[in-house]
Amino acid sequence: MSQLRKSLWRGALAAAAVAGFVTTAAAQTDLKIMAPAAPGGGWDQTARSMQQALTQAGIAKSVQVANVPGAGGSIGIAQLVNNSKGDGNQLMVMGYVMVGALLTNKSPITLDQTTPIARLTTEYEAIVVPADSPIKNAKDLAAAIKADPAKVTWAGGSAGGVDHIAAALFAKAAGADPTKINYIPFSGGGEALAAILGGKVTAGISGYGEFESQVKAGKLRLIGLTSATKTANVDVPSIKEQGIDLEIANWRAVVAPPGISADQKKALTDAVEKMVQSKEWQEILKAKGWENAYLSGDAFAKGLNDEIARTKDVLTAVGLVKS
Amino acid sequence: MEAFYSLASGLSVAIQPMNLLFALIGVLLGTAVGVLPGIGPALTVALLLPITFKLDPGGSIIMFAGIYYGGMYGGSTTAILINTPGESASMATALEGNKMAKAGRGGPALATAAIGSFVAGTIATLGLTFLAPYLVDIAVSFGPEDYFALMCVAFITVSATFGDSPVRGLTSLFIGLLLGLVGIDILSGQSRLSFGIPELYDNIEVTTLAVGLFAVGEALYVASRRHIEEEKLEPVRGSLWMTKEDWKRSWKPWIRGTLFGFPIGALPAGGAEIPTFLSYSTEKRLTKHPEEFGHGAIEGVAGPEAANNASAAGTLVPLLTLGLPTSATAAMMLAGFQQYGLNPGPLLFAERPDLVWGLIASLFIANGMLLVLNLPLVGLWVRLLAIPQPWLYAGILVFATIGTIAANPSPVELIMLTVFGVLGFLMRRFDFPIAPVVVGLILGPVAESQLRRALSISLGDPMVLLESPISATLLVIALIALILPFVMKGLGRFKAVED
Repeated sequence: MSQLRKSLWRGALAAAAVAGFVTTAAAQTDLKIMAPAAPGGGWDQTARSMQQALTQAGIAKSVQVANVPGAGGSIGIAQLVNNSKGDGNQLMVMGYVMVGALLTNKSPITLDQTTPIARLTTEYEAIVVPADSPIKNAKDLAAAIKADPAKVTWAGGSAGGVDHIAAALFAKAAGADPTKINYIPFSGGGEALAAILGGKVTAGISGYGEFESQVKAGKLRLIGLTSATKTANVDVPSIKEQGIDLEIANWRAVVAPPGISADQKKALTDAVEKMVQSKEWQEILKAKGWENAYLSGDAFAKGLNDEIARTKDVLTAVGLVKS
Repeated sequence: MEAFYSLASGLSVAIQPMNLLFALIGVLLGTAVGVLPGIGPALTVALLLPITFKLDPGGSIIMFAGIYYGGMYGGSTTAILINTPGESASMATALEGNKMAKAGRGGPALATAAIGSFVAGTIATLGLTFLAPYLVDIAVSFGPEDYFALMCVAFITVSATFGDSPVRGLTSLFIGLLLGLVGIDILSGQSRLSFGIPELYDNIEVTTLAVGLFAVGEALYVASRRHIEEEKLEPVRGSLWMTKEDWKRSWKPWIRGTLFGFPIGALPAGGAEIPTFLSYSTEKRLTKHPEEFGHGAIEGVAGPEAANNASAAGTLVPLLTLGLPTSATAAMMLAGFQQYGLNPGPLLFAERPDLVWGLIASLFIANGMLLVLNLPLVGLWVRLLAIPQPWLYAGILVFATIGTIAANPSPVELIMLTVFGVLGFLMRRFDFPIAPVVVGLILGPVAESQLRRALSISLGDPMVLLESPISATLLVIALIALILPFVMKGLGRFKAVED
């Protein structure tokens, strides 16, 4: 099957090459976007939204989305680096979660081997407590953690993921030992939310979108978001504004395979930039509640390296990565 | 009785011609993907999401619900006819259903599955209409310790699938538990038994195991026996439809299956597989025809089929009232709601009653459509069995492979399918039951992670398992279920001596 797909891709490439000769001006007519996850998740939705915006805005003639699920993106990135080297029409969606997954899975392939193109969106983490909790704000939570980190139970997503990292960073910023936090990973967003609503845990941590309707309905109390300053959609000051030095965002970005030429890189970057500016993309962002965080070129590449270094420190501190 | 008025106004939304058309497309698609092993309703909804972006929200959400119900229906057809469960929730159906089909009773098996699904779907949708707000409070109060206790009950009842030898059954179960350990441990984030193969990090896919053991294993076994004794399959023996006796034996299991499926489906980590097995073992205990179990008992089809459809309605309870997605398909439907800027949860009922009640009303309609669609097809489906065996099983192998590849495009997945197929063949050859392997893979990881979560939250105090009233009750039920058969046996012997 993978052989078949490869030959299909080769066919598509050949067709693209022929098309390139005929219409010399339009370089990015046929794009391929890989979502290194199963259909339905955030990366898949990002890839399919890009497909929608790129084709509807007329930036690309056709866009194919392929899903390569598994191991937090480790399988997808391996395929990108090994099979698509030098392919100037290939993109892969990735995000902060992949940074952690590659480290905890001890992946032999690293993000250094890809060609960073641009960051697209960001979502801040939110910390919530049940509505009847005695904890009212970030200071209360910090005090409880400082008193005994093990007694504060956190519900969130998978171990080593952005929720876990944010919880560890919160403990560190509160002056507690981040290795002692009692973080309980849940597999789906629904299960974690049920545990928080049922008062089984002290606090919950996840993207704000997961909690928004419960916060508005008064069933959960929002302690704060992990943004630098208060965002427009909430009434609570950010955690940093409440005096706990924590800033973290779950971003999504696109990267290209290794070994592409400077021209190919520029063409891909231009296509993505045009897409971000299109009204189709703006509509999608609004509908999905994603925040635009467009950043490209060297600034993105440098930011990515800083994130990798910081994540490695945190994951080593909580014992998920052996240094 | 406010719910009645709301439901009536919902019906007026649902019977608009466009919405009826969407419901019809949904159930057709759902049945089709349910029939194909590996391709489930979640994948279908995911692929349709971008296409429906510009459509009317009401219509497309009604279509998604149709796909969900249809998928639960379609999975049973292949389970019964060719011993290949389209979804893991149809596995219990395959146990008795396929035996019935081989004995020329495929018609009644398909009919009791279809009618049972209709009955269960309708009752459960009524439950969704009237009980959702109460049920959801109970569902949310279910903590990790309570799930662990529920898993204990499920483990005890698995013995119903063991067949004649408990030792062989336990061996199968432990193979399943072992397979359940493979992959990244959810609580520590460390990988176990994956030997550095990244494809194994995400645990072994239940459908790959089920399709390998059931479909591929069966095909290999049939091929190996061909020259020794050719199995004569009769597509139809006796009536194609359910006899009066069949109806009498089916209606109670339908109701009991619904009672298992709906509440467990409503639990955030309940799922569709556990109620089907609870229902299967209950029917096996209660039946007046215990000798037929393992050789094609209609109760063993009626109960689990009702349970899996009822659980589909159950998962909509936390989805609509809290915005909690508790199955892959429900998560996709949530994404569907969100793409229209709608947030399911306490506010949705107040903000968009037309949409919520329109959806609930169209569930009733989708259910009726499925029955109308499936009953006339029974006669056609059973003709499948008249296909010469080599062709039929070659076709099964093709479908099993395509389904697996579609769900997980990776050579490692295919190798696993083959290995499980050979394992299934060997287990058939040496007379080990197959279902406990899959049950072990489903229950093992859930029981482990919930127990560890419970202990994490209680800071290591095991008393948490007895302090929660739900957990304590369930553990007592498990204990009774474990001891009762021995006590009964002892009493029987005592009486025999007295006589």
